[in-house]
Amino acid sequence: MDFLNGITLIANYIIIPGLTYGSQLALGALGITIIYTVLRFSNFAHGEFMSFGTMTSILLTWLFSNLGIKLGIFPTAILVLPIAILITIFYCLIIDKFVFKFYRQQKSKSVITLIVSIGVMFFSGGLIRFIIGPGDKNFFDGERFILKAKTFKALTGLNEGLAIKTTQGVTIILTILLVFLLFWFLNKTKTGKSMRAYSDNQELALLSGINPEKVVLITWIITGTLACVAGTLYGLDKSYKPFTYLHLVLPIFAAAIVGGVGNPVGAIIGGFVIAFSELFITFAYKKIFYYLLPYEIVPNGLLQILSTDYKIAVSFIILVLVLLIKPTGIYKGKVI
Amino acid sequence: MKKNLLPVILIAGLIVLGVFLYNQDASKTKKSADNQIKIGIILGFTGPIESLAPVMAKSAELAIDEVNKSGNFMDGAQLMSVRADSTCVDAAAAQAAAERLITSDKVSAIMGADCSGVTTAVLKNVAMPNGILMISPSATSPALSTEPDNGLFFRTAPSDARQGEVIADLLMEKGFKTAALTHTNNDYGKGLAASIKSNYEAKGGTITISASHEDGKGDYSSEVAALAQASGDILIVAGYLDQGGKGIIQASLDADAFNKFFLPDGMIGDSLPKAIGPDLNGSIGSVPGTDSPGAAKYSELAKAAGFESGPYGPESYDAAALIMLAMEAAKSTDSNVFKNNVMDIANAPGEKIYPGELSKALNLIKEGKDIDYVGATALELVGSGESSGSFAEILIDNQKTNKVGYR
Repeated sequence: MDFLNGITLIANYIIIPGLTYGSQLALGALGITIIYTVLRFSNFAHGEFMSFGTMTSILLTWLFSNLGIKLGIFPTAILVLPIAILITIFYCLIIDKFVFKFYRQQKSKSVITLIVSIGVMFFSGGLIRFIIGPGDKNFFDGERFILKAKTFKALTGLNEGLAIKTTQGVTIILTILLVFLLFWFLNKTKTGKSMRAYSDNQELALLSGINPEKVVLITWIITGTLACVAGTLYGLDKSYKPFTYLHLVLPIFAAAIVGGVGNPVGAIIGGFVIAFSELFITFAYKKIFYYLLPYEIVPNGLLQILSTDYKIAVSFIILVLVLLIKPTGIYKGKVI
Repeated sequence: MKKNLLPVILIAGLIVLGVFLYNQDASKTKKSADNQIKIGIILGFTGPIESLAPVMAKSAELAIDEVNKSGNFMDGAQLMSVRADSTCVDAAAAQAAAERLITSDKVSAIMGADCSGVTTAVLKNVAMPNGILMISPSATSPALSTEPDNGLFFRTAPSDARQGEVIADLLMEKGFKTAALTHTNNDYGKGLAASIKSNYEAKGGTITISASHEDGKGDYSSEVAALAQASGDILIVAGYLDQGGKGIIQASLDADAFNKFFLPDGMIGDSLPKAIGPDLNGSIGSVPGTDSPGAAKYSELAKAAGFESGPYGPESYDAAALIMLAMEAAKSTDSNVFKNNVMDIANAPGEKIYPGELSKALNLIKEGKDIDYVGATALELVGSGESSGSFAEILIDNQKTNKVGYR
């Protein structure tokens, strides 16, 4: 019984939140990785693209709620997601047409395009605040929990509760679905293969008749989709605030680099590594030891490896370690 | 060679003419600006409290408008407000903004700054060297009480040292003997947490863990995991309601880690219970506030001006009003002169002045009578010029923040 209590404790405070947060980071990191491999620059505006997607979802959710269209126990945001994705893609394409295209045609160094993307980040952030304002927006509706902690306790008779939120379930399922679709597209379809060819060797791909404009278009469509879904899921699970999305870029980049820049599998693994390391290292293991060990030998402290103050530091320590020991990331990516 | 000379002379002539015209223009605008007294409003319009700043600025401007409309200020002089962005967290940006207000906009006094860290930086490096008076509506760090200020710094919000006492009393009265504590990682959070901890432990309570959290992040599951393991009867969340504080509460409820919360001033606002839902009912809190009629009058004025009162709105109104009344009393816009009048204006004896009565106050001062500015927050300045701090006891019930008592 005590053993089960300990397991539940870990599941409730580490496994479930880690899986959710990891999925959200993974989707974000995938977007950055795809831009990096195909268009060859680090897109710092990705966080704001996610923010833009979330904002569109929120506005559409409000519209749909006013019209009385709901999705039962699921949040309305899931219903409006396809439209929000289209609008986000449209926004990405407009930005590309007026900003990034110029630098691509100039064959600018990737560091210049990176700085340009920071400009795009500030512009997008301003635009978003202009449209929806800087405040906190909660757009979750429907049933909040799949499994409530109290229900779980009553069902199993354990001391510890296990809660699973609807948004956590939706996040994990949608991430699996999206990642599956993405890999199928990249590996099995002709367009996907032409994209990979373009990213491997641009000149050779052009010689064999691949249309670069089409590759760029597809890249932005994928990025827009990933950004909109990642942002909306994150906003649904926590809450939406433009300022938060500005900060989200850091762990996402850490995830992409840890996993191996330019490698889609690496981006996903990186997302989970960052999420779980933050949780595992800052967790206080006191209660778990009470459950697993005889009462007398458990020390009195909190048994925390690092205080939560160092949470952000954890992901960056991992980043530094990875860059020192294996500069290509966990999965072999490109060296920056 | 000769061919090229003419255009050069022409262009040179045009430049000289342009500079001359521009200077004339500038001297004109300068003259018209001489009748206008400027008050700088430096608040975090971007950054962690960007959702609070607009109401605070509007409240200060509400007081300025009221004085302008009365026409009683300094024999009909007009006041103007100039906004600047303190960012709440970036001391360098706040100092640059304050420097601009003083050197280029030539403000006579500053209403602000907001967060304790940037307020200290602006006071030390900009306001004091330039001899400009500052009244902050919301910097509550205990460290500011002892900061040298040449008498130029006041605040209409009480120090957190006082709030720590109030919180410890409240917790012990309600029978919470152990508590977990989390605070936002800045001067405000650290100061308040230290004050809560020392007061609470002196009264016999136990703080099981005191951990900080960063604002502006979305995910707080690891913080909550650590807090939950330390456990306690109640979780004290010394943060901001639309920042990490809200994230911590949401994550605690989701994981069933805590079900009772104590909410200090930064966490009080109707948006929090609205966002969290019925799970927050039964939680308690404290916020600077009084049952004096001033607060209600201020809300009416705000509503008439087209905005809802918010956290630190009343303090902002009072800060701006104090600056103007002190100027009138000293018959001067020189900070080093009217700084001596601030305490007299704010404290007894004299006729009590509530929001909406600034015109009357100006008249009384002109007649040479004493006034006691009560304002929206029942203002009473103590010590080195900070609000003595009356606190309202908050009970979250029916998804609303209700004031259930005052102390």
